[in-house]
Amino acid sequence: MIEVLSAGPLTTVQDLGRPGYAHLGVPRAGALDGPALRLANRLVGNPPDAAGLEVTAGGCVLRLVSAGTVALTGAHAPLSVNGRPVGLGLPVPVRAGAVVRVGRAVHGVRSYLAVGGGIAVEPVLGSRSTDTLSGLGPAPLRDGDALPVGVAGEPSTVDFVPWQPPPASLRLRITLGPRADWFTPEAVAALLGTAYTVSPVSNRVGARLSGAALTRAEAAELPSEGVVLGAIQVPASGQPLIFLADHPTTGGYPVIGVVDDVTPLAQAVPGTTVNFHGSQR
Amino acid sequence: MHTRRAGRAALLIDCADGAEVEAWRAELWRRRERGELAAVEIVPGARTLLLDGLADPEETAGLVAGWAPPPPASTAPGPLRKIPVRYDGVDLAAVASEWRVPVREAVERIAGTELRVAFCGFAPGFAYLTGLPWPVRRLDTPRPRVPAGSVALAGEYAGIYPTASPGGWRLIGSTDALLFDIDRDPPALLAPGTRVRLVAA
Repeated sequence: MIEVLSAGPLTTVQDLGRPGYAHLGVPRAGALDGPALRLANRLVGNPPDAAGLEVTAGGCVLRLVSAGTVALTGAHAPLSVNGRPVGLGLPVPVRAGAVVRVGRAVHGVRSYLAVGGGIAVEPVLGSRSTDTLSGLGPAPLRDGDALPVGVAGEPSTVDFVPWQPPPASLRLRITLGPRADWFTPEAVAALLGTAYTVSPVSNRVGARLSGAALTRAEAAELPSEGVVLGAIQVPASGQPLIFLADHPTTGGYPVIGVVDDVTPLAQAVPGTTVNFHGSQR
Repeated sequence: MHTRRAGRAALLIDCADGAEVEAWRAELWRRRERGELAAVEIVPGARTLLLDGLADPEETAGLVAGWAPPPPASTAPGPLRKIPVRYDGVDLAAVASEWRVPVREAVERIAGTELRVAFCGFAPGFAYLTGLPWPVRRLDTPRPRVPAGSVALAGEYAGIYPTASPGGWRLIGSTDALLFDIDRDPPALLAPGTRVRLVAA
């Protein structure tokens, strides 16, 4: 059992999400930085799809009722156990009753705290993930919550995991379409040739960017259609929005292109510069 | 048939109209069931089908192009669900006036038409029901909160709000039907392809 002493601004339970229900309007959800959650799970001896905590920027404070192992990956945030600083990206043994504190993120946005045995809340449609768009899965953590923990496996014996801070600027590879033809050639050129900036109103649904407005060649209303993770949707403002894990399953704005790998956006702080390039490079 | 790439793992199939979407949806769900198509998601839209979670979208595009167009959806009807509706919505009179018929006749039109789930979206279990030949104008300003179970019309579609949410559709009635239940399989009462009647409660 884990007691939530301070939930912080936004801490959610996340695993690898609930794919397979998009046709019923159910978003995929799941950890925004999937590789970081998998690594944290591996360090504490969990299967890769075990649920951990996605801690957003501001940190959180927990108490482990029973002894166990924790590991923090993803965004670099100071981690301490009973006030003693401990290493990141390592399995950390924790005594029964100890207080685990994740501080404010120094590099990146989202840290992943895995606990040996995984967070064992009741799965919803095969996943323990909080979906901030539809409200499926457990609610975001609140002060005083108690979270069940599963049966722990053998922690990893690794003692060093290389880690690089997230870059101040991202180069993201995209595949143009499915609706690039709804935009002017100048809009496609601007998307591929000018820099965009991650806006502070980004969240688990999408990374909002600001930069050159993308103008439409086709003024008609797009009949709603299925959208994918990484879709670059362009609403009336012309400012692109890149869909992340909690994105709606269908949308009525044209998608000019799709980002191949959205993982770097999970750690992109507001103000990060984003450049897109096509798959030919 | 025209397909478009939607990123490195997905394809969007363009269809001429909603009937073709439904025919392909049923066909592709069947083929996936039989192991002839590997896709994590097959998601109908208003005029498209999205195939997501593909190992090789180009290969899948070639495969789908080689399949004969399925027969029109009307030859293979889905299950029929009757949803009891109280026709007491605050916009019912406005809808009747837009259609230039008395309220009683507007209700008869809606309750007397067999609808079909074209696609889902907006919220888990929210189904876009097609079949009403009389379009309805959306509200100019969406309401900040529409109660769960509200039955509503907008454009060419009817829909039922599974949970309370903001909404710009015209409210014509309400139902106690449980649209989405995580303990039910499938969790949505109205999945794509389902035939629906909004019968007067």
